[in-house]
Amino acid sequence: MDYFLTEKQQIIRDLCHRISQEKIKPVVQEYDESGEFPWEIMDILAKSDIFRVFIPEKYDGLGGGIFEMSLATEELSRVCSGIALGFAATGLGSMPILLFGNESQKQKYMTKVADGTIAAFALTEAEAGSDASNMKTTAEKDGDYYVLNGVKQWITNGGVADIYTVIAMTDKNKGSRGATAFIVEKGTPGFSFGVKENKMGIRASTTMELIFENCRIHKDQVLARPGMGYIVALKTLDRTRPGVGAQAVGIAQGAIDVCLKYSREREQFGQPISNFQAIRHMLADMSMQTEAARALVYAAARMIDSGAKDISKESAMCKCFAGDVAMKVTTDAVQIFGGYGYMKDYPVEKMMRDAKITQIYEGTNQIQRDVIASNLWKK
Amino acid sequence: MNIVVCIKQVPDTTDVKIDRNTNTLIRSGVKSIINPYDTHAIELGLQIREKLGGKVVVISMGPPQVIDSLKEAVSMGVDDVILLSDRAFAGADTLATSYTLAEAIKSIGNVDLVICGKQAIDGDTAQVGPGIAEHLNTPHTTYVNELCNINSANITVKRMIEGGYEKVEMDLPALITVVKEVNEVRFPSIRGILRSREIDVPIWTSKDLNIDFTKIGLDGSPTQVVSVSTPQINTQTEIFTGNAKEQVHKLLEALNEQKIF
Ligand SMILES: Cc1cc2nc3c(=O)[nH]c(=O)nc-3n(C[C@H](O)[C@H](O)[C@H](O)COP(=O)(O)OP(=O)(O)OC[C@H]3O[C@@H](n4cnc5c(N)ncnc54)[C@H](O)[C@@H]3O)c2cc1C
Repeated sequence: MDYFLTEKQQIIRDLCHRISQEKIKPVVQEYDESGEFPWEIMDILAKSDIFRVFIPEKYDGLGGGIFEMSLATEELSRVCSGIALGFAATGLGSMPILLFGNESQKQKYMTKVADGTIAAFALTEAEAGSDASNMKTTAEKDGDYYVLNGVKQWITNGGVADIYTVIAMTDKNKGSRGATAFIVEKGTPGFSFGVKENKMGIRASTTMELIFENCRIHKDQVLARPGMGYIVALKTLDRTRPGVGAQAVGIAQGAIDVCLKYSREREQFGQPISNFQAIRHMLADMSMQTEAARALVYAAARMIDSGAKDISKESAMCKCFAGDVAMKVTTDAVQIFGGYGYMKDYPVEKMMRDAKITQIYEGTNQIQRDVIASNLWKK
Repeated sequence: MNIVVCIKQVPDTTDVKIDRNTNTLIRSGVKSIINPYDTHAIELGLQIREKLGGKVVVISMGPPQVIDSLKEAVSMGVDDVILLSDRAFAGADTLATSYTLAEAIKSIGNVDLVICGKQAIDGDTAQVGPGIAEHLNTPHTTYVNELCNINSANITVKRMIEGGYEKVEMDLPALITVVKEVNEVRFPSIRGILRSREIDVPIWTSKDLNIDFTKIGLDGSPTQVVSVSTPQINTQTEIFTGNAKEQVHKLLEALNEQKIF
């Protein structure tokens, strides 16, 4: 399908493709096994300007938006969605600053992100998953400072990021109007890291606990205004969900890529398995579903970049649809590979493990369906 | 630090074929690339600039299609590129080539360091780098695999020799030629690619240089290639049949017959 990419968009896609093939592919299995953070790859992405693609030129970016971020995420995810997430979650972590930061916050932090500084977004807690309003982390005002206490859980890029957007309760009595978003720098006294999770998939991505113990954050680090924490979080997620959708599309496409090759090489009953209609139809479905997911992700991303305000439904749709497609396509990919697909020596079992997360994070696909449904009767 | 990197566009030898009738390279359909060693020279130039500041200028002598290779250098982040292209330059051997490149480097002026690849994968002579240094009357070191130190006055490098390496210090200006081990070549950047699409590559002809016309091109070349030929390959293959035991037996017989053991 031709999506009429601009010259710059084609450059982004092609360069990410080249980096994936030449630099990421040889180390995919190694990082999947070790669970180390792929610093060497982040360094290459940074030097090649990939972190600049979604940042305005004013902050040393290339002037793109969610569409460009999605393109890069998709192309990198085609080879390793765990490694791609180091980049994509930096988009998520810095998006609140881009959307709600004042000029000096944007100058200070977005220029660093453009250069490849890793960022993270911290909303989830042990008892606050889908129900983010149940968070226990507090930020008490003390003169010009806020004092943060609490634990954030499962934070992507936790520990490796230098810049964190953290949502905490400044006024419990006000419920969802009592949350505030802060920019917290790594190394701030009272800010430390807890366990690093041992995960099923996206193992090259670091998922960690953030621990705040009397961590003093200056009021200049507040994003938007006190009390706007939930709005910051929700508007951010509305804009970054196509990124998860793009990750899912990339995983699905990566699975199709290897299936096309394998099904021609593997022979049973004296012929390549690609001759069997059962396999051919499975591949046709996989391609159809992936293309449909891609079209929806691109359309939603372009809609967001156009400046449209009402984007929750479309953003939820593309993330949810693409996540479900990635899960189905990678499950079928393992089927096409047969027993070999179940083995770690072949790439598809990893893709299947990786795909699962796209149905869970940035809001589970059940929650996405809730968002979509609640928008259906809106005028 | 003003650095000049000399590059050559070469056919990608991974898919080069030779026409057995004419004994020449079949160039049609063969991709042209920057000589692989030269990409390491560009990388080293960029790394030195990142450390010391200054400018990296990439030059190449060749036909207009070499513009593509120079644009690729721009996409990696070099400051300027210059193509030396003129019918008068054509047919140059390594002496005339190094003379022409040296004159271009003189015209650029104030150059502290010249970096070349150790050799071009098509000609394999390894003569042009040292030749340029001779024409410029500067010291040079070949086969550099590590840059140990560089400042505004001198450079210290390691060069590969059989069974080890030599550490060499030279006053600047100087010339070095590098091997692949010297660094890992970066990818282009998006900003670099965008700039490479826009840039108009300046072309210098013989008239732009202050040169002696008897020293360039075919006429200025004391060595000339008389003919190129490829060795005959006489491989006879025999495929043994039978079960494994029989095949091994036949193989041993054949090896004995040939007196390989
Ligand atoms: C690898 C990984 C990385 C992550 N990275 C980050 C990060 O960087 N930053 C961050 O803040 N968070 C992150 N998260 C957290 C993630 O966003 C949450 O896991 C997710 O929002 C779901 O919350 P939960 O896991 O607590 O599930 P729960 O909310 O406990 O849900 C359990 C089940 O109940 C369903 N459910 C819950 N409520 C409803 C409802 N109202 N209606 C219908 N069904 C419902 C869910 O769909 C799910 O199936 C990450 C999680 C993982 C696993």
